[in-house]
Amino acid sequence: MPGPVQAIERAAAILRLLARGSGRLGVGEIAASLDLAKGTAHGILRTLHGVGFVEQDAATGKYQLGAALLHLGTSYLDVNELRSRAINWADALAARSGEAVRIGTPLEGNALVVHHVFRPDDTLQTLDVGTLLPLHATALGKVLLAYDADLAASAQRSDLPSLTRRTVVNAAALSRALAQVRENGWAGEAEEFMPGEAGIAAPIRSYGGLVVGAIGITGAADRLCDGRLRPRPELVTLVRNAARAVSRDLGAGR
Amino acid sequence: MTQRYVMSIDQGTTSTRCILFDQRARLVSVAQREQQQYFPQPGWVEQDAVEIWRNVDRIVPRALADAGISADQVMALGIANQRETTVVWDRRTGTPVGRAIVWQDVRTEELVREFERKPDADTVRDRCGLPLATYFAAPRLRWLLDSVPGLRDRAERGDVLFGTMETWLIWNLTGGIDGGLHLTDVTNASRTLLMNLATLAWDDELLSFFDIPKRMLPEIQPSTADFGHTKRVVPGLRIAAALGDQHAALFGQTCFARGETKCTYGTGSFLLMNTGRELVRSTHGLLTTIGYQLGGEPAVYALEGPIAVTGSLVQWFRDSLGLISSAPEIETLARTVQDNGGCYIVPAFSGLFAPHWHSEARGIIVGLTSYITKGHLARAVLEATGWQTREVVDAMNADSGLTASTLRVDGGMTADHLLMQFIADVLDLPVMRPIVAETVSLGAAYAAGLGVGFWPDLEGLRRNWHLAARWLPQLDASRRAAEYANWQRAVELTFGWAQPRRPV
Repeated sequence: MPGPVQAIERAAAILRLLARGSGRLGVGEIAASLDLAKGTAHGILRTLHGVGFVEQDAATGKYQLGAALLHLGTSYLDVNELRSRAINWADALAARSGEAVRIGTPLEGNALVVHHVFRPDDTLQTLDVGTLLPLHATALGKVLLAYDADLAASAQRSDLPSLTRRTVVNAAALSRALAQVRENGWAGEAEEFMPGEAGIAAPIRSYGGLVVGAIGITGAADRLCDGRLRPRPELVTLVRNAARAVSRDLGAGR
Repeated sequence: MTQRYVMSIDQGTTSTRCILFDQRARLVSVAQREQQQYFPQPGWVEQDAVEIWRNVDRIVPRALADAGISADQVMALGIANQRETTVVWDRRTGTPVGRAIVWQDVRTEELVREFERKPDADTVRDRCGLPLATYFAAPRLRWLLDSVPGLRDRAERGDVLFGTMETWLIWNLTGGIDGGLHLTDVTNASRTLLMNLATLAWDDELLSFFDIPKRMLPEIQPSTADFGHTKRVVPGLRIAAALGDQHAALFGQTCFARGETKCTYGTGSFLLMNTGRELVRSTHGLLTTIGYQLGGEPAVYALEGPIAVTGSLVQWFRDSLGLISSAPEIETLARTVQDNGGCYIVPAFSGLFAPHWHSEARGIIVGLTSYITKGHLARAVLEATGWQTREVVDAMNADSGLTASTLRVDGGMTADHLLMQFIADVLDLPVMRPIVAETVSLGAAYAAGLGVGFWPDLEGLRRNWHLAARWLPQLDASRRAAEYANWQRAVELTFGWAQPRRPV
């Protein structure tokens, strides 16, 4: 087993230091307190700043603990913030794929639709932001399950209701499907939620690769899939590109 | 076959963007640079026109490089711009006379009051469709002529030129001191207080009213016209359209038919209704303006209701009150409560624009009780944008005799579902968001592409418009009426607050 990572130990020490006393320290003071080179301390502080764990006062340049630390246990990314950041990419995905786009986040054992773009064919459609979708039967839900071990475990402990004859209702089968999602980097849904409907979804990631939601398209199975109900590769590419674009905007991969 | 594209430059209040669109009106690449804002005194807002020009010089090549295409694949360039922002420069050196004075700047308040006292002040609105207000370009230009020593002489000799941002960019792009073209379009000219709305030409009476030398004004063109070819930045691009940003958004939303209405929700919000070939003179506090004019065709008129503070109220809630850490969180906070709890916020931060035009009004939070939480305040913040929209739509229906049947929306605040639903509720109209949110840039591209035959006609453009989301009214009529009455009472409380500054 590898030993402790020095940079993380130092980052933890910086956070402990900032949690004491006045809570506002300059980079020189921090470096001196921890006996670090100023450049090293600055690098760690920039990284902590990037993930929101420390904040820098614009006037004095001093550092303090960031608001993100206080909200560690609660919602990580505000869903309205997520929608706002994703809206242009979701529009572009709908325009390019010709299908309806949804963004989902987990809520009480379901996938909550936080954003919805109509299929761009000007047919009558209704906004379903706020709707809850079953995790095990939708592409969006499967992405959320695949990257959240707790969520997946509780889904597998509970009943997996059958919605169509193709819904995955067996815990072991679901587990295999989720492993496949992680391997592929995307999830498909073929008549598992609604007969004749299919979906493709991919993870939206934030700092450090943390999955904060899923973006995907849904539509008629004969448009989204080939004759054997396998999602069309060109559509999978569009969905994954959109997911990557949103993720980049949210700070993933930096 | 080689792919072909249209380029747009959107010179906005905070940044300049260059976007390339393909023939299906899909965004291909975006390059953007922000410009600095200067606030040298309370109420003064300035920008550096040279910095803006340098930004254009950087982003145009970058947009081409990002898309991997060459200049000869670009069929046309369209320019959209922040309106009413005023710059004067030396035609021999290309150097601006001081910084550009931005549309939000209110330094001309005293000057405008003097204009109001002139005996022929009431003819201004008849000629140009606009009320006398600090918002428009002519008082700024007059302020410069009065304040910069020697400027009036230079203007009368023809040594200095006036322009809004599209004029400045076109002059520079087409050669600058080396034969640059000094042009504007009807939509931008319609925001100066100097153009006659019926003749679409500079009005001699207005020029003498404001005492502006005609020699310094650009030549007025239709919105789609020959604005020359670029000689600098990327040479050889055909500049085929120029429009003010809100007019470009109207065009990008394909509001081509009489009665079609759009609202762009940003820092401020701007509601425009196409009134067709008919010049509707507002009696309800709206502006009469040019929607757009295609080359060789009569102008299409529009009614406009500008609302000064909408998104900037959310920014204030975030930055000055610190109750949220990002603008979209206002929706999260507002959803923690069921209603406004009886609280209303009227954001008359620098007076009220349309339809009230009370420059002395100041903001108010009313209905405070110990029951009110920050959630109720967040609701009141969002509702302020909804009610301000309602006031403008009511005025528009009354002026035009048309009834808007839907409202097309765009801009950053359309990501806020609670707000969009509230707007549908208070207007009792469906609210529709199109799939391309960049309607300003798209409108400039559409106008330019139409001008060179890249797109055949308006109907072809309409087919590119697709619905991304629609909100339907759900509020019952009695509740709507009661809430609107409360809002109107709150608005009345803001009137008459600010006093004229006494000499010290």
